[in-house]
Amino acid sequence: MPFKQAHELGWKDFDPGFVLTEAGSSVRYRTGDWRSKRPYWDNSRCIKCGLCYIFCPDMAVTRRADGFFEADLEYCKGCGICAVECQTQCIKMKDER
Amino acid sequence: MSKPGKDGGPAKGQKRVGIEVSHAAAIAVKQCDVDVVAAYPITPQTHIVENLAQIVADGELDAEFVPVESEHSAMTVCVGASAAGARTFTCTAAQGLILMSEVVYITSAMRLPCVMILANRSLSGPLSIWADHSDVMSVRDCGWIQTFAESGQEVYDLIFHSYRVAEMQKVLHPVMLSIDGFHLTHVVEPIDMVDQAVVDKYLPRYKPLFSLHPDKPLTMGAYGVPELFTETKKNQDVALKDTYPHIIEAWKEWGDLTGRYYKPVETYRTQGARTVILSMGSTGETASVAIDGMREKGLDVGLVKLRLWRPFPFEDVRKALKGFDNVIVLDRALSFGGPGGPVASEIRAALYGVPDAPRITNYVVGLAGRDVAPEDFETMVREVEGGKSGDRQEDYVIYGARE
Repeated sequence: MPFKQAHELGWKDFDPGFVLTEAGSSVRYRTGDWRSKRPYWDNSRCIKCGLCYIFCPDMAVTRRADGFFEADLEYCKGCGICAVECQTQCIKMKDER
Repeated sequence: MSKPGKDGGPAKGQKRVGIEVSHAAAIAVKQCDVDVVAAYPITPQTHIVENLAQIVADGELDAEFVPVESEHSAMTVCVGASAAGARTFTCTAAQGLILMSEVVYITSAMRLPCVMILANRSLSGPLSIWADHSDVMSVRDCGWIQTFAESGQEVYDLIFHSYRVAEMQKVLHPVMLSIDGFHLTHVVEPIDMVDQAVVDKYLPRYKPLFSLHPDKPLTMGAYGVPELFTETKKNQDVALKDTYPHIIEAWKEWGDLTGRYYKPVETYRTQGARTVILSMGSTGETASVAIDGMREKGLDVGLVKLRLWRPFPFEDVRKALKGFDNVIVLDRALSFGGPGGPVASEIRAALYGVPDAPRITNYVVGLAGRDVAPEDFETMVREVEGGKSGDRQEDYVIYGARE
């Protein structure tokens, strides 16, 4: 079955028990839709330790080629764990507008 | 087809044993060659699980017996094991069932073919260990296939049926078999037990449609966002209704092998009856004795027995109740402040709008194991035929409650 977003699924579009037979399919669910706050990095204070990358529960933090970090906003739920864990307080959570 | 032996003895390939029903139930579970048993002891279920523990300890059954710390864990172990492709068994009653109820709903949504015997017992309080249906009715809407046994023989037979139905790839639903605590679990009855060869013919190995295995990753129990939750529930509802023909098919297969046929709704001496009693569970045994006595006295009475509770057999009920003046519906549970007992609610719903439908009177009887004697059925019949009770559709009588 070709992948459908949740709102496109009809009641017959499920395997018994709502089993998902494809591994890693959650990558297609855009959990970033729920976000009410988003993280901002002040890279002048970033020591590139990667704690934000490690602690992100959705693996939404990615490391750029220059060694700094950013959030993939398709998936970042805005939980703020990265900002709490950041040792130099370079990450600030700001309201989505 | 297997026929009963001469002079009513057991059919070929079977032997008749005088045995406690719980012990026979444990043997049936052993004969089903389950892989995992997880249960926590609770009266009146205890003898079934104790016997199974002994059977596993004696090496008669190659199974994991998991002595869990609670019923919540018992059901959870069964879910995990079933998801990995095992045939599982659990057994509980009353408080145990409501403690595990969270997982009971999850089992059916995940379509795992677990089998549970529920030794029916009243929910506290006041604290009680005796039989009624308040426990099973607390999970009426849990999405399992639910059947009721009337006698020890039925308990034994329906265990095989439970596994046969649950594991059919077109079914894949858990099955809950209700057996009245003490009235069934603790009595010694003559039971025709089948040879293992009969079971092996009836019950093939469980072949799961999906199972957890590291070589083939998949997700069970995924999150259901609001955008698709409604669709999952319609899917589950239709799937449960669609189990009906397979439930019937599995009963027919069992009948062809053993000579004992079962139906969703059964009737006893209903021909020419004006008033019929409708029962579910062990009450039907006494009721049939009462019917014999009343028939001898010239009363036009019969008995209708409901065996399949979910999916509810609407058509069978309408057919079975057609043409009578009165139906006395017996309930062993109360819906406090509601429209009467749960069985009566369903029967009334089934007959709503049916032309010339019989007048329904709901008696709540046998709470916490209180005896319902043959003369009680006669009292109910005479009250109903005399027009004494049940004038409004929502009326119900808590039978025998002292002033």
